[in-house]
This record gives sequence, C-alpha cells and structure tokens, in this order.
Amino acid sequence: MIAASDAVEEQIDRETEFGFWLYLMSDAVLFSLIFVTFAVMSSNLASGPGGADLFDIKNLAMQTALLLTSSLTIALAHHATEGRNTTRAVVWLVMTCILGTGFLALEIRELSGFVAEGAGPGRSGYLSAFFTLVGTHGLHVTAGLIWALTLIVQIVLRGIDHRLLSRLARLSLFWHFLDIVWIAVFSLVYLPEFL
Amino acid sequence: MTENASLLLGRLGLDALPFYSWVAFSGALVTLAGGVGFLVLVTWLGQWRALWTGWLTSVDHKRIGIMYIVLALVMLVRGFVDAIMMRLQQAMSYNREGYLPPEHFEQIFSSHGTIMIFFMAMPFMTGLLNYIIPLQIGARDVAFPVLNAISFWLTFAGAGLMLISLVIGKFSTAGWTGYPPYSGVEFTPGVGVDYWIWSILVSGVGTTMTGINFVVTILRKRAPGMLLMRMPLFTWTGLCSSILIIFAFPALTVSTTMLALDRTLGMHFFTNDGGGNVMNYMNLFWIWGHPEVYILILPAFGIFSEVVATFSSKRLFGYPSLVYATAVIAVLSFTVWLHHFFTMGAGANVNAIFGIATMVIAVPTGVKVFDWLFTMFRGRIRFEPPMLFTIGFMCLFVIGGMSGVLLAIPPINYSTHNTTFLVAHFHNMIIPGVLFGYLAGYMYWFPKAFGFQLDRVWGARSFWFWMIGFLLAFMPLYALGLMGMPRRLETYGNPEWQPLLIVAFVGACLILMGIISLVMQLWVSVKNRKALVDQTGDPWDGRTLEWSMPSPPPIWNFDNVPVVSSRDAFHEAKLSGIPLPAAEEDSPLSVPKNSVMGPCMGVAGMCIGFGAVWYIWWLAFAGLAIAVAAIIGRSFVQSTENDVSFKRGATTT
Ligand code: HEM
Ligand SMILES: [Cu+2]
Repeated sequence: MIAASDAVEEQIDRETEFGFWLYLMSDAVLFSLIFVTFAVMSSNLASGPGGADLFDIKNLAMQTALLLTSSLTIALAHHATEGRNTTRAVVWLVMTCILGTGFLALEIRELSGFVAEGAGPGRSGYLSAFFTLVGTHGLHVTAGLIWALTLIVQIVLRGIDHRLLSRLARLSLFWHFLDIVWIAVFSLVYLPEFL
Repeated sequence: MTENASLLLGRLGLDALPFYSWVAFSGALVTLAGGVGFLVLVTWLGQWRALWTGWLTSVDHKRIGIMYIVLALVMLVRGFVDAIMMRLQQAMSYNREGYLPPEHFEQIFSSHGTIMIFFMAMPFMTGLLNYIIPLQIGARDVAFPVLNAISFWLTFAGAGLMLISLVIGKFSTAGWTGYPPYSGVEFTPGVGVDYWIWSILVSGVGTTMTGINFVVTILRKRAPGMLLMRMPLFTWTGLCSSILIIFAFPALTVSTTMLALDRTLGMHFFTNDGGGNVMNYMNLFWIWGHPEVYILILPAFGIFSEVVATFSSKRLFGYPSLVYATAVIAVLSFTVWLHHFFTMGAGANVNAIFGIATMVIAVPTGVKVFDWLFTMFRGRIRFEPPMLFTIGFMCLFVIGGMSGVLLAIPPINYSTHNTTFLVAHFHNMIIPGVLFGYLAGYMYWFPKAFGFQLDRVWGARSFWFWMIGFLLAFMPLYALGLMGMPRRLETYGNPEWQPLLIVAFVGACLILMGIISLVMQLWVSVKNRKALVDQTGDPWDGRTLEWSMPSPPPIWNFDNVPVVSSRDAFHEAKLSGIPLPAAEEDSPLSVPKNSVMGPCMGVAGMCIGFGAVWYIWWLAFAGLAIAVAAIIGRSFVQSTENDVSFKRGATTT
C-alpha cells in the first residue's frame, strides 16, 4: 500500500463523510415521502383493523428503549475507538448488535402477529403504508447490523486503524439517523393511536 | 404466462417467447443477434482480456463516461426503432388495423418513452458529466471512483432488463408513466409492468449514487483557485442536476416500489379497492418527474453555453446571470409538478398557482437564451457541427417554449390534455433541448477523448436531417392535437388526420437519415483518423481546463494540477503565453486500481430484477447475497491505489 500522507487521507475521509451526509439527505427524503403516504392513507382502513386495535404499548416501549439504548452504546463504541481501546470498542459494538437484534426481533414478532390476526399489509391501504414504513426502517436497521458485525470482525483482525475510525463514525451517524426516524415513527404512527 | 409459479422457474415458461406477433419476434431475433454477435466478435478478435481490464473493471471516470455514452447511443437506436414503428403504424392505420396488434403497439410506446428517458438521455448525460467534469475542475478523478463504476453497472443492468423483456416475456403496456390503476395486477397481470418497474428501480439506485458522487466531486475536488464563480457552466449545470437527482430520485424509488408491492404482495397503495389512493401515485411520480426534465436539460444548457462561447471566440456573456438562472430553475422545478395532472380535479386555485409557477420558470430560461444570443453577437462564429446543433436548438426551442406556456394555462390544458399537442410539446423541448445538446457535446468533446476529430461534413448532414426531420415529424402533431387527436392512438377513423400523419412519418424517415449520418460520421472519422488527428489537445481554441491537456488525457488527467486565477484561465494563459502555474502536491501520483465491484453489482442487480419480475425468488435472493457479499468483501481490501509517479510526463506532447 502506498503511504499516502495524513493530509491526503484526511481529505479522503472528509469527502467520504460529506458524501455520506448527502446519502442521508436522500434517505431522509425517501422516509419523508413514505411518511406523507402514510398520512394520506391513515384513515383508509377498508373496514379492517386500525392502529388502536392492533398496537401494544408495552411492545412499543420495549422497542423504543432498546433502540435508544443502542444509540448510546454505539456512541460509547465510537468513543472507545478514538481512545484506541480495542476490547472496549468490541464490547460496546457487540452490545449494540444485541440491542439492535432485540429491536428487530420484537418488530418481527409484532408484525407477524398482525399477519396472523389477518391484519397483514394486504388488508387495507392503511396497513400497507404501516408495514412499508416500519419495514423500511427495519431493513435499514438490518443493514446497520451487518455493517456493525463487519466492523467488529475488522477490529478483531486488524485492530483500530484510520479507516476503521472513519467507518465507525459513519455507522454511528447512520445509527443515530435511524433513531431519529424511529422517534418520528413512534410519535406519528403509534402515539396518536394511544391518545 | 403460467400463473401457478414453480419454485425453480417462477412463472417463467415456454409461452414467454414472443411468438404472438411476427414484429415482436423479429425484434427479439435482432436483439439476440446483436448480443451474440458482440460476444462472437470479442472472442474472434481475442479481446476478452483487454475488454475486461481496460473497460469492464475500469474505475477511470473517462472510461466509464465512454461506456455510458456507448450505452446511450445503442439505446437511442433501439428507442428510435420503436418511434418509427409507431409513425408507420399511424400513417397506415386509418380505418384499418395496421401491421401492429393493439397490445404490441402499447408495448412500443411504453418502451419508447422508458428507453428514451431512462436509458438514452440519462446515460448520455451521465456519460458527459463523467468524462468532462473532472477535467474541467482540475481533478484527477471523481470523489468515489468505485461507486462510479457501480452506478454505471446498475444502469447497465436496468438497460439489460429492458432489452431482455423483448426476448423473454413482454414489456409494459402502461406507458412510460405506469399510471395505476391500469398498471395494477387487476388490469395488467403478467410481467410487463414488472419489467418496467425493476429496470427503472435498479438503474435509479445507480443514478442516485451518481448524484452524490458528483456533488462531492464538484464541491470538494476542484483545483486550487477554481472558485465556484470560476467554474465552467457545464460544471455548474452538472452540479445543479446532481443536487436535483439527490432530492428527486427518492420519489421515483418510492412510487415504483409501492407499485411493485401492490403488484407482488397484494398491498393497497394505489388500488381502487382496499383503501388505495391512486392520486398519491401521480403526486409521487411527478415530484420526481418534473425535476427529471430539468435534470436532463440543465447539462444540455451547460453544453450550449460552452459551445457558444468557444465557437463565437468570445467570453460567455452574462456568466453570473446564467449561473443564477440555472440555480433558480433547479429550485423552481420542485414547485410545479401538479401541472402534469391539471385535469384531475385539484380545483381552480391550486391549478392557477401551479400554472403561474410553471410560467415563472420560463423567465430564467429566457434569460439564458438572451445570454447566448449576446455571446454570439459580434463574435467570430465558426459553424462547426456542435455550433449547428446549438443554433438549431435556439430556433426550435422558442416554439417549444411558447407551446409550453400555452399548456401551462389550465383552461387551454383542459382542451389539449392527452392529445398529440402534448406529445409535440415535450418532444419539442426534449429533442432540441436535450438531445441536440448532448449530440453537440458528443461532437465537441470527441477529439478530447480520442485524439482525432469527427468528420464535419457528415456532422453537418446529420444536423440538417435531424432539424428538418424534427420539424416534419412534430409540427403536424401540434395541428393534429388541436384537431383533437388523442395520444397513444393505434387506429383512427378521421380521414383528415391521415395526410398529417404521413407527413410525420416522412419526418421520422428524415430523422432516420440523421441517425445513419451519425453512424457514417463515426465510421468515416475512424477510417480517416490519421488525417483528422489532433496533436494539440485543443482543436477548437477552447477556453476551459479540459483543453489544456493532451488528447486523450493520461489516466491521472493532470501531470500537474493547475492553479486557476480567473474564469477562462486557460484561455488567458494561451493569450499571454504564460502557462498556468502548477499546484504543489504532497503525495505521490496514484490512480485507483481496477475493481470487480462494478460487474458484480451489475450481475446482482440483474439477478434481483429478473428474479423479481418472474417470481424466481431464489435468483433474487442470490442477487441480494452477491451484492451484500461484494460490499463486505470490498471493505476488506486494503490496497486500492497504484502508484504511477514514474509515468508522470510520459504522454505530454
Ligand atoms: C427521435 C425521434 C423521435 C420520434 C420520431 C418520436 C416519436 C414518438 C411517438 C410517435 C410517440 C407516441 C405518441 C403518442 O402517444 O401518440 C412518442 C412518445 C414518447 N416519446 Fe418520442 N420520439 C422521438 C424521440 C424521443 C426522445 C429523444 C425522447 C426522450 C428523451 C422521447 C420521449 C417520449 C416519451 C416520454 C413518450 C411518451 C410515451 C408514452 O406515451 O408513455 N421521444 N414519441
Ligand atoms: Cu412538468
């Protein structure tokens, strides 16, 4: 490998980070359009069940707690890598993965429960929009988990190097972004049904 | 189509082969022969290794740019064949069936529109952006070269799906906009609409990444001193287009994905029953669709600006106003989407607001036209082919713009909605405005890419055929539209329409001559490349940085990145005889290594698309697995650059 100077590497990192911000903006537009669609369809129940009949506040609270905590653990992992503390970084990343997997497991349980009750995505426009919105978020979380696992392997194999720092910085940005999206899902999709 | 899907082949069966119409069957044969012919030719020439290392795995923005443009030109021919087939059908189908069965005619206008927008115009634009922008801003490559290759290969996969649909199965009959409820499973079962969805979805992902790549490239990789207000206009328009891509393409992704979910998983986004909302599709689609028009046309405006300045041998008039006009158009383009469905009952006030917004866009566009005219005024104009296309554009565009302002008035829109008046209007914008621009750019920058010029006689012939052919092919459609002829008509019973439709057919034949002239131009120029060779790297007396290097440029573009101190810095350096100073650099000269990421992602995209179209789910999941594995694998690659410092200066003339 060529020993490119630090200045050059730093410039590459800054470009990559800027590109990643642009991607997040594009993704934010994507989520907003799905949110808008959900809003448009929120009363298209086709005489099927609505959110109030389906949602379980305990499940929601648990999901939210898991995801928010994982945002904290990933921040700690990021912090640990900056101090070049390999063990701690791995531990916090593994924690993040466990919490994220827990979130997904609850989500899958909830959604498959709806399907079993006959309230699947094909039941009504409202449920189509609901499943798509929550599912898109869930797919993003899945991608984030794969990303985190890859980084864990890289830390174990190669230790913490320059590239890893930059990758983890972007992963945690992504993870916080998903947190924000979840908060929007929480307050626009679920919460109104409990009020 | 077998609806009881098998695990291995989904709903794919022998009945997918196009035996339903001899026209479709011959089309399939031609497509197949083209593909097989290409493979045989490469094998016969023994060029697989050269193709693989020199092109397919290349991450050099110049190579990728050329591949995009080759793709665009091939698709231009395919899209045009569709067009002339429709013209022939309508010329002969007065009170008769014509030669196309109805369902086949519907496939043809759908594939024509889809190909021309997504697989001709978009790749052509992206190709020009790729080749030229890094050279114009003094960069050694784009910001993310491997991502750039992936974008190309996803576009290629989309185009591939489009071409495959001619051989295996059928294409959509729902038009290039795929409006539900017609495009839903209830009215259109079968694979056609799915082909449409997946080909634009796969290529759309690539386009989004291109947008990101170019915004970063332009904002972060400029040579020292290349301030924003010193950037060439083509770069400016490329920047605005890329920003529009980032914000607009998610809307296309969302609308087509939801349509796919409706069709494949039985959801109810856009169905008539089950609580669907058809109107929501129109909104989502045109939130992308109108900006898309500007995504295509702004870079063409940029090319016109470069060409006008160079061939008038003058500084571009009103540079700041051109920049601001571009930015204003880009912002406004998000505010007018509703004019695509004035007739769908949004109410008079909403229509009025959107109508006015639409007309407001005409103002910055008008500013641009005057800037170009003033640039030409008292210039020493050289009528080379790129300049001919530019002047042709200015003449024709005025007509298109006026018909557009007419259409923006809702009451007039009501009477012309869905008539051939609309077809004439958008072709009037898109052929002179977009295609002429790209062809001008192709002829203008060709010598940069290959080191020899294109034959100017065939270039001029091509221009005149396109110009006159365009007028004959589309002016009658304005008249027909006012006479009440609806678009997408397969047969008709009004005797007054036929003469005009025959004129339109003749026009299409002239355009065919224009396309043949393009091929001849390329052929003759390659044959005479010794005589047409350009040693200087600057055959047109250019003004921007891309002309400051040898043609074709070395992989790393600039031996020494220049320091820029004014807008047309290279031109001033030529006049004063003092070369541009070289920037200090603290790293060895290196270029990114080839990567198989591009072809991998192309294959993955193709498998996902084809699998999803035919319900061959194992194939779709295999595609997904390839994509994920490739990305993870790539993240383990340590050494991605080759040091080429020792070659520096080797190609300087
Ligand atoms: C080269 C000469 C061309 C000819 C002769 C031609 C001809 C036609 C014809 C006959 C139709 C069908 C009109 C109808 O519905 O009655 C059509 C539709 C269309 N064309 Fe072209 N066209 C040309 C170039 C282009 C280009 C360059 C583009 C875009 C970049 C384009 C985009 C479209 C679109 C979007 C439609 C609408 C398809 C639909 O109805 O869904 N065309 N064209
Ligand atoms: Cu529009």
